[in-house]
Amino acid sequence: MADGLTKSAARNIFYGGSLFFFLLFAALTAHSHWYMVNTSTDKEGLTESVVEGKHIWEKNMCINCHSIMGEGAYFAPELGNVWERYGGHQNPEAARAGLAAWIRAQPLGTQGRRQMPAYDFSDEEMSALIDFLEWTDGIDDQDWPPTPAG
Amino acid sequence: MKYETQKVALPFFMVAMALFALQIVFGLLAASVYVWPNFMAELMPFNIMRVSHTNLLIVWLLIGFMGATYYLMPEEAEREIHSPTIAYIQLAIFAFAGAAALVGYQFGIHEGREFLEQPFWVKVLITISFLMFLFNTSMTLLKGRRTAINLVLMLGLWLAAVFWLFAFYNPSNLAVDKLYWWWVVHLWVEGVWELIMASLLGYLLIKMTGVDREVIEKWLYIIVGLSLFSGLLGTGHHYYWIGAPSYWQPIGSIFSTLEVIPFFAMVVFAFTMFWKGSRNHPNKAAMLWALGCPTVAFFGAGVWGFMHTLHWVNYYSHGTQVTAAHGHLAFYGAYVMLMLGIISFAMPQLRRVQPYNQVMNMWGFWIVTGAMCFMTFTLTFAGVVQTHLQRVLGMNFMEVQDQLVLFYGMRLGSGIAVAIGSCLLLYAFFGPAREQVPAGGTQLTAGADRA
Repeated sequence: MADGLTKSAARNIFYGGSLFFFLLFAALTAHSHWYMVNTSTDKEGLTESVVEGKHIWEKNMCINCHSIMGEGAYFAPELGNVWERYGGHQNPEAARAGLAAWIRAQPLGTQGRRQMPAYDFSDEEMSALIDFLEWTDGIDDQDWPPTPAG
Repeated sequence: MKYETQKVALPFFMVAMALFALQIVFGLLAASVYVWPNFMAELMPFNIMRVSHTNLLIVWLLIGFMGATYYLMPEEAEREIHSPTIAYIQLAIFAFAGAAALVGYQFGIHEGREFLEQPFWVKVLITISFLMFLFNTSMTLLKGRRTAINLVLMLGLWLAAVFWLFAFYNPSNLAVDKLYWWWVVHLWVEGVWELIMASLLGYLLIKMTGVDREVIEKWLYIIVGLSLFSGLLGTGHHYYWIGAPSYWQPIGSIFSTLEVIPFFAMVVFAFTMFWKGSRNHPNKAAMLWALGCPTVAFFGAGVWGFMHTLHWVNYYSHGTQVTAAHGHLAFYGAYVMLMLGIISFAMPQLRRVQPYNQVMNMWGFWIVTGAMCFMTFTLTFAGVVQTHLQRVLGMNFMEVQDQLVLFYGMRLGSGIAVAIGSCLLLYAFFGPAREQVPAGGTQLTAGADRA
C-alpha cells in the first residue's frame, strides 16, 4: 500500500495531522464548556444544594446501577429525567415527596425484582439529592431521551 | 530473550493475569444478578460487583501494557532496561493501589464517577507508579535505538498519562463534568490506547512474520494517524445528549464513522504481513492472537461501534444493552486479545522453553473468543428489543427488563464459557511446560538442533 509514501512522510503526516485535529478538538471543547455553563444548564439554579446532591450521588456510586443522561450501568432506571417521570414539571411538591418515599422504601425485598439497597439519608441530604436530579432534568440535552421512560 | 532485563515483564504478566481472573469472577457475579435479581443482594450490591469488574479490567490492562513495554523495549532500543529495581517498585505500588481500591470497594470506600471510582489517594499512587514507569522506559529509549515501534508506543503511554490527569478534575456542573470525563475515557480507549495497540501489534508482526521493518513501520504511522484523525473529533459521539452544542451531532457522526477505518486497516495490515511473511514462527498460538486481535477489534470496536454511532440512531439506542454489547466486544478484541497475544508470545521466552501447550492455548483462544462473540450477540438482541420497547413504545424500564431475561440467561452461559476458556489459557501460560510438535513435523519447531 502507498508505495509512493515514505516512512518519514507517513510520520510527518501523523504528527502534523494529529496536532491539527487535537487543537481543533480542544477549541470546540472550550466552546462547549462555555456553552454548557452559560446556555444549556441553569447557571443560577446550580445552588450549593445541587452541588451537595451531586456529591451524594457520587458518594453512593449510584452510577454503577443507574444511568444519568444515558451514561452508567444500565442495570437500573435512567435518572437524568426522573424528575419529569415523577411529574415534577406539573407538581414539584408531589414529585419531591414521591422520590423521597421511593428511596426510603428500599430495599423492597420483592422476590424476582432487582433490589436497590437502603440509603440512610438525612432530610437535608435527601433534599439535596432531589435538587440535583431536578437540576439535571433541566439540562438542555437535544431532547434526549425520546420517551419519559428514559 | 536477548536481553536479561526483559524478564522484569514476567511479574507484570503474572499480576495482570491474576487480576484478569478476578475480573471474570466479578463479571460472573454481576451476570448472575441479571438472571436471579435477589442473588447476593444483601451481601454485595450490584454496583460493587460492577465497579470491581470494570476497574479490574482497566488495572490489569495497564499492568499488561507496562509489562509488554518492559518486554519489548530492550529489543527495540537494543539496550537493557534503565533500572529493573524501579520496575519492581512501581509494579508493587501499582498492584498495591489496585488491590487497595478493590478491597475498599467491598466496604463502600470509593469516589463516584464511572470508571474513575478510585479514592483520591489511590489515584495519586497510580499516577506516581505510572510516572516511574514512564521515566524508566523513556530513559531506556533515550539512550538506545529509536524505532517507530518504541516511539509510537511511548507516545501512546505518555499521552495516556497526560489525559489521565483529567480524572482529578471534577466540576460541580454535571454537563461540564461529563465533557471532561470523556477526555479520559474516550481519549484513552478510542485515542491514545490505539497507539499502544498498533505499536504492540507491529512488534508482534515484525517478530513473527519477518517482514521488513520499514514496511511495518510505515503502516504503523498510517494506522495511528488514521486513529487520531478520526478518534479525536470522534469524541463528539459522546457529546450528543449531555448538554453540548448541536454541532457535535454532525461532527460526532462523521468522525466516529471514520473511526472504523483504522480498525479495518489493522486487519488488512496484520493479514497482509502474515501472508507476505517468510518466517514460519513456531509460536502458532501467538500468531493466532495477533491475527484475531485486529479482527475482533474491527467487529467489536468498528462494526458494533458504527452500529449505534450515528446521532439519529444513537438517539434511540444510547445507554441500552446495545452499548453494553459494544463495550464488551470492543474491549475484548482491541485490548484483552492484544495482551493475551503478547503474553502468549513472551511467556515461552520468559520461561526459556520452546513454545509449548500451543493446542491448549488455541483451544482457549477459540472458546473465549467464541463465547465473547456469543455474549455480544445476546446483549445486542437484548439491546434492540430494549430500544424498541423503551425508546420507541415508551414502556417502563423495569417492565422492559423483564422481557430480556432469556438474553441475560444466555449471557451468563457465555460468561461461564469465557471463564472455562480463560482457565485453559492460564494453564497454558503458567502450567507445566510441555513440548508439542506441530502436525507438520519437527522441522517446524524452532532451534538449531531441530532442523
